[in-house]
Amino acid sequence: MIRYALIAVAAIALAAPSRAATDIVEVTSPGGITAWLVEEPSIPIIAIEVGFSGGSTLDPVGKEGVGAFAVGLLEEGAGDLDAAAFARRGEELAARFGFSSGRDGASLSAQMLVETRDATVDLLRLALTQPRFDADAVERVRAQMLSGVRSNATDPNAIAGETFARLAFPDDPYGRPDGGTEASLTAMTVEDLRAQHRALFVRGRAKIGVVGAITPAELGPLLDRLLGDLPADGPAVPPVATPALTGGVTVVDFDTPQSVVAFGQRGIDRHDPDFFPAYVLNHILGGGGFSSRLTTEVREKRGLTYGVYAYLADYQRADLWMGGVASANDRVGEAIAVIQAEWRRMAEAGATDAELDAAKRFLTGAYPLRFDSNRAIAGILVGVQEDGLGIDYIARRNDLVNAVTAADVGRVARTLMDPDGLRFVVVGRPAGVEPTN
Amino acid sequence: MRRFLPALATLAALSAAGGHAAAQVTTFTLSNGMEAVVIEDHRAPVVTHMVWYRVGSADEPRGKSGIAHFLEHLMFKGTDEIPEGAFSKIVAENGGQDNAFTSYDYTGYFQRIAADRLALVMKMEADRMRDLVLSEAVVNPERDVILEERNSRVENDPGALFGEQRQAAQFLNHPYGIPIIGWRHEMTGLTRQDALDFYARYYAPNNAVLVVSGDVEPEAVRALAEAEYGQVAANPALPPRMRPQEPPQLSPRRVAYADPRVSEPYVLRTYLAPERNPGDQGRAAALTILAELLGGSGLTSVLGRALQLDERVALSTGAFYDGMALDPSTFGLYVVPVPGVSMEAAEAAMDRVVTSFLDTGPDAAHLARIKTQISAAEIYALDSQGGLARRYGAALTSGLTVADVQAWPDALAAVTAEDVMAAAREVFDLRRSVTGWLTAATEEATQ
Repeated sequence: MIRYALIAVAAIALAAPSRAATDIVEVTSPGGITAWLVEEPSIPIIAIEVGFSGGSTLDPVGKEGVGAFAVGLLEEGAGDLDAAAFARRGEELAARFGFSSGRDGASLSAQMLVETRDATVDLLRLALTQPRFDADAVERVRAQMLSGVRSNATDPNAIAGETFARLAFPDDPYGRPDGGTEASLTAMTVEDLRAQHRALFVRGRAKIGVVGAITPAELGPLLDRLLGDLPADGPAVPPVATPALTGGVTVVDFDTPQSVVAFGQRGIDRHDPDFFPAYVLNHILGGGGFSSRLTTEVREKRGLTYGVYAYLADYQRADLWMGGVASANDRVGEAIAVIQAEWRRMAEAGATDAELDAAKRFLTGAYPLRFDSNRAIAGILVGVQEDGLGIDYIARRNDLVNAVTAADVGRVARTLMDPDGLRFVVVGRPAGVEPTN
Repeated sequence: MRRFLPALATLAALSAAGGHAAAQVTTFTLSNGMEAVVIEDHRAPVVTHMVWYRVGSADEPRGKSGIAHFLEHLMFKGTDEIPEGAFSKIVAENGGQDNAFTSYDYTGYFQRIAADRLALVMKMEADRMRDLVLSEAVVNPERDVILEERNSRVENDPGALFGEQRQAAQFLNHPYGIPIIGWRHEMTGLTRQDALDFYARYYAPNNAVLVVSGDVEPEAVRALAEAEYGQVAANPALPPRMRPQEPPQLSPRRVAYADPRVSEPYVLRTYLAPERNPGDQGRAAALTILAELLGGSGLTSVLGRALQLDERVALSTGAFYDGMALDPSTFGLYVVPVPGVSMEAAEAAMDRVVTSFLDTGPDAAHLARIKTQISAAEIYALDSQGGLARRYGAALTSGLTVADVQAWPDALAAVTAEDVMAAAREVFDLRRSVTGWLTAATEEATQ
């Protein structure tokens, strides 16, 4: 006889990922640049993650996509290396890196061998500080971005996301397409791109996480080498945005067999005292693992979808509580009705003690699993700095989850959940789903 | 999401190369025939526990396409000892994550969890190896779930529909031509009994591979494995793994698929290609490097330099090959033309570049850079506990051995320019190819 119940109630021995939690060192370079470092000498590689806050939020009106366009050109030639020579150099060094652009920030994600560390950092500095913006490279990236715009126009997932963003933020950069439009991309000049590059890659807005075979003494000078030539500061990030969501259903007609749905309501700030109760509540409702109420009701019991989920979407300047589902056109109406009912049931009756206990076990146990590679840990170090949570946060985080009480969850369910304010955007040919306003 | 199919069109990554000097790998076999691989990674107190079965969609009975994947979903429904729906709940309440996957040649189940919970997940995985319990009440909604999964992955994605049609044309007789998730009309007819029959036939320790990667000691893993998996009876009636093989392919095939949801048309051609075989990985290694040379990076590859940088007729280009398969695989090339360049012109450009490459051979510096990256990939691979585990699991269920996995980096390093050219001349045989055009409008496709 197997005693699963006994095993299941045993305490979770693992409170936090040991090394990353306890061994983060704050390193300040001779030039005054600060990074968080976890030394991991067992493999001769180094992961460096750098986040520059701002991102496409800084795209001027009419120049949508300029940030992503500029970031796309950083790997297309720098200094005395044209695009092909730059790529060949990266291959010779066996370095793995990429620049990316998002709504709230641009980032560099790099992994390098210890034996080619200095040369790799030199190549990355060149990309960050001396991108060439050669005419042929600009046209190549412009063509790729225009292709992305066309693809998004026939991708139900992209249509749902863009429509939802437009409804939530009608007068904010968050509501505009961060990949640009055909008109904005076509009109973009090299001067626009150079200006946006200067605005985005600013030393004072960089958060840096480093994990690997490197000591604090080695890292300091390396930080100055990588980032010391960047401007100290740039244009201000716009103020906080307030979502303009109302409850109801928006239908976007698109001829495809399965409707794709994005839904959401207002969210909660990362620094709100009720953030962790909301985080635990969301997990019970629609979070990861396979026992959320939405998964149980929509997928397991009724077979209405392959995946349904909800999550707290905390942007730097606004907060939403979002979710998604996809169901065949003739079944999506039922899926939406079940989600609406579950949202209301949770708002009115809250979660059970058993659900709260299970959620805390999962969230505290799963947290250490995120720290499973140098690169992943470096990314977490950047995220914790961007959210201003403090260098001891990783060690404290599971205590914050465990401190959530049934009363906390019940209060957040009543005050934050807003079944009447839940907006659904449905992309497809949904049968029997009536749009509302 | 849980129970996923691997991306079918992913490019053959060099990081899929095997072997790794520094990883501590221990192997053993239980008395009931179950093989085990233990990979030590003591950086964090976490373990990845996987059981891979040597059965995939290519082993399905005719007319029952999708049953391997459907069974994979149903494996989470409960056993004589675990109540319905409790499997993932128990893993989650112990702070773990679980999932599963199905491919042509294997079906795998895994949990990532604190290292001190290894015994728990082993006990549960051993339990569902033989004691699955299924009621009609759980089977029926789950059939709807896999149909919705097919909607999400295939019906809503014209590129995926195109891929199914090409793959079906590539394989005249081998079941690799049938989609892993199944043809819709056959999925709708899959029954509880179909799933139980498949389960009884293939799920047994003598058809399974255990892979444990993480903060564990091999001797302790062995003791646990003996105590749990060692108690499960072997299936003496396990059938030999013989799939229908391809006849000589004598005629080039062409597939044109038009769908108004297509925004970027492209041309893609696959050729039948040899796979990695035990003790004989040289040709597959040469093809792996050929794919990197032709289509590895848009800025440095042969196709990218010619069509994206010089002629500027392509938005993107690529080449792909994955030798990890039990039976012959495919080698692929594609070109996404810039607007205004026709499909004929894109295909002609692709052919011209390949023909020219067959004349000139690889650039020595380019080949050297690829070799550098291959050896570095072995170091980077040590940073991924799950990646190393998947490498062994996939190999051991695709007809390869631990020795083959460990010899693979050397096989790649040994490839010469002459090997690449010999492999290219052999594989680029139009009679064994399918050329596909994916377009938005029917007019263009029927030209």
